Amino acid sequence: MKAALLAELGLAGTEPLFAQIPPSHRLAALPALPPALTSEAELARHLAALNRRNRPAGEALSFLGGGIWRHHVPAVVDEIVGRAEFLTPVWGTPSSDFGRNQAWWEFTSQLGALLNLELVGLPVYSWGAAAGHALRMAARLTGRRRVLIPAAMCPERLAVMRGYAASADPAMHIELVPVPCDAVGRLDLAALAALANDATAAVYYENPAFLGGLEAGAADIARIARAAGAETIAGVDPLTLGVIAPPGDLGVDIAVGTIQTLGVHCHAGGGLGGFIASRDEARYAAEYPTLLNSLTTTVDGDLAFGLMLFHQSSYGSRELGKDWTGNSTYLWAVAAAAYMALLGPEGFAELGRLILARTAEAADLLAEVPGVTVTDRRGIFREVRLDFAASGRSATDVNAALLARHGIFGGVPVSGTAALFAVTECHAPDDLARLASALKEVLA
Amino acid sequence: MSRPPSRMRRYHAARWDEPLIHQLGAPGRRGQHFELADSDGLVPAGLARTTPPDLPELSEPEVLTHYLRLSQETMGMIGVSLFGTCTMKYNPRAGEQAARALAGIHPAQPPETMQGLLAAVHGLDLALRALSGMDRFTFQAAGGADAAWTQAVITRAWHAARGEAGTRTKIITSLQSHPCNPATAATAGFEVITLPLGEAGYPSLDALKAAIGPDTAALMINNPDDMGIYNPEIMEWVRLVKQAGALAFYDHANFNGVMTRIRARDLGFDASMFMLHKTFGVSKGGGGPAVGAYGCTAELAPFMPGPLVVERDGHYGLEQPPQQATKVREYLGNLHQVFKAYAWARAMGAEGLAEASDLSVLLNNYMETRLLTLRGVTRSHPEQTSPRLEMTRYSLGTLFEETGVSAVDVQNRMADFGIDAFWLSHEPWIVPQPFTPEAGEMWSREDIDYWIDVLAHVIDEAWRDPDLVRSAPHNQVVGQLSARDINDPANWATTWAAWRKKMR
Repeated sequence: MKAALLAELGLAGTEPLFAQIPPSHRLAALPALPPALTSEAELARHLAALNRRNRPAGEALSFLGGGIWRHHVPAVVDEIVGRAEFLTPVWGTPSSDFGRNQAWWEFTSQLGALLNLELVGLPVYSWGAAAGHALRMAARLTGRRRVLIPAAMCPERLAVMRGYAASADPAMHIELVPVPCDAVGRLDLAALAALANDATAAVYYENPAFLGGLEAGAADIARIARAAGAETIAGVDPLTLGVIAPPGDLGVDIAVGTIQTLGVHCHAGGGLGGFIASRDEARYAAEYPTLLNSLTTTVDGDLAFGLMLFHQSSYGSRELGKDWTGNSTYLWAVAAAAYMALLGPEGFAELGRLILARTAEAADLLAEVPGVTVTDRRGIFREVRLDFAASGRSATDVNAALLARHGIFGGVPVSGTAALFAVTECHAPDDLARLASALKEVLA
Repeated sequence: MSRPPSRMRRYHAARWDEPLIHQLGAPGRRGQHFELADSDGLVPAGLARTTPPDLPELSEPEVLTHYLRLSQETMGMIGVSLFGTCTMKYNPRAGEQAARALAGIHPAQPPETMQGLLAAVHGLDLALRALSGMDRFTFQAAGGADAAWTQAVITRAWHAARGEAGTRTKIITSLQSHPCNPATAATAGFEVITLPLGEAGYPSLDALKAAIGPDTAALMINNPDDMGIYNPEIMEWVRLVKQAGALAFYDHANFNGVMTRIRARDLGFDASMFMLHKTFGVSKGGGGPAVGAYGCTAELAPFMPGPLVVERDGHYGLEQPPQQATKVREYLGNLHQVFKAYAWARAMGAEGLAEASDLSVLLNNYMETRLLTLRGVTRSHPEQTSPRLEMTRYSLGTLFEETGVSAVDVQNRMADFGIDAFWLSHEPWIVPQPFTPEAGEMWSREDIDYWIDVLAHVIDEAWRDPDLVRSAPHNQVVGQLSARDINDPANWATTWAAWRKKMR
């Protein structure tokens, strides 16, 4: 092909096509890279050898969570996201992308039903990115630059949010003020009420909290925020919303959270995705940085999908747009759409009840292990905070022993002596018993 | 050109008239169920959901067939997509297949339990160092725009560490640099200065000199830009920017045409970015998960957001840079995508990359010789006579003036023949009715010729029967969107609940 094209262009080689690049800019020799594995057979052999050096937690007994969780991914979801039509393209026309746009719309629409909020954007990179954008939205809406956040937060998520809050312009900097929490991460409402004032742009809380607590004070938090003239931002995991009251019922103005739990594997962290949702009001819509996919009609009266408020995105307005957007986690929107459709209202309720029960069961069982302290055995979801202080062991020590002696991945450490052990529908009662017995041995 | 035009394919998109998911199913149907458990008393008072979510109720096969039909109603890469700036190339399935083994890896696993993955991450880091001249790469950024954001937060941290947080307030970019550069700079709190283009298609050195000052924090720029034009003065640009105490960032989104030919570091840049989901053969997922690989010099490396993968005696660990900027994404980024890019780079090797770059520029120039013979097609910056690199910015302005057929109309009509949308142009449009195809190296000559033949056919139709083109598409899943104003709150609907309320 190359020779024929060169002949068509009347060239002996490709060099003249690069005439724009001055010789002094050019590399003299090819960069040094490892020899090419040109055949698929060689490449597959090499990649398989690399994969043999991994021990995926998902294939062992694992209690890792803390921001990204192993939940069951229905087989159908894997097949759908593996379809080349969804996996490999980037963008087409509203007609040629019709099916994908419908899948995206079914993502926002079903997520809105779970949240009981009627405006939902296309996904962002992660929960942290979503929360970061939301606090910037609140700052623009209120003209205030202080956001109250839980003192106990996923450090990965908080680190991302700090980036969105900081500014090279001191006048634009958003201050994140921690609100004291209890042992499972629920806000201290008295402290919150004392901190919320007319400088507060928003109160951000999470439900469930990072340390596992279900935020019983959610409605009060929104009342306190509203009384201060601040926005209420809730970070939620939509997977819980079959059993937990949705943000739309709790006075929340902007909801953010993860979509990873809706049918996406961990993928070494690549499974993350986030969302932003709110009440369907123009003042909120005007602050969305995301692309927004609206149901509309065609000239023939069919239903179709189009991008609304595109002008306010960074594609439409560059630096005058709302924050920025770009490639995101759109494939995971397709996964989440299929996942929500598979579960339906009763599936989410069953899943929520199962995780609540398993979490309580784990808390009861593990609290009996000598050297382990569990402060709250009820009112928690998925994460059980185990404190090994009484045993004199550090959390990383305990995890190392669990892995080395029992092949178990322990929990994500949250302090020197405490770790969050995540329990999901992927765990059988026997798995919990195995953990308890391993912990007994390790802490003995 | 003596070759006869291809026969137009008698393409028609699949049309399933597939209802919205909310209109499917029946009460009581289920696609998944879970073990029954008693959760009485486990939800705090007042926090239990009282009304079930208004989700559809479908069986598993109904959900599968629904989304399979939607996949068939998506042209994707089955047609020919030359969506410029996105480098539409084949994604090798060997990498996709091998990456499935990573699905169960949790990012907080101890490094010793994911040595194979970290080896691949480190291997790609080394390859990108060789290709850019930079000293260190991070893959935390979840897309190209997030890599621009990485530069913005590193710029913030760098100047703060030098006691210049309040004084280095401006970031300079150019009109044809990707919008993510000015947008992330502004989000990070910088004032943006956008340099206009000169006649040659890039901003003049004088414009840059006028913009630079003691308040300059950084330059963020694409080169070549989205028009395939290379700024030959770029080394002088970087010298001036650095002389002023600012950082120089090379958005190498358009690396495909210059792979192995130029390196950001050799031109003087402090940092650069590659898009693994474009240039490095990783699946795009319709818009992510993606990776913006960000590399910089050893001087800037302490400011990179951590952790970074480090190799010692064949063992891979993680380390935190001492003065790191704020994180841009949780954990280490989209590592399963990094693994695929590593596989792609290993399969290509240096000679393969050089050949890919050659082919993408050659195909673009071949396209250009044919496209410029079409009535109503012109090229941006006629004064810039050099061959374009891997992309060319064209205009259908003449066609529009004489027939009323716009670039979007042509896009819609081409989709009737199995050709997916071409890229128009980022904002602002500097030529009327722009379009920007990018051939890449993976489409065959037959594909490229068919693409051009379809455009020629549609342009011919535009003169013969402009209404046929303006009312397109005709062979697609649905026709073109109505004039319904979805920027009006009374009309927009991102959810079924909103739609039903507003349609009442």
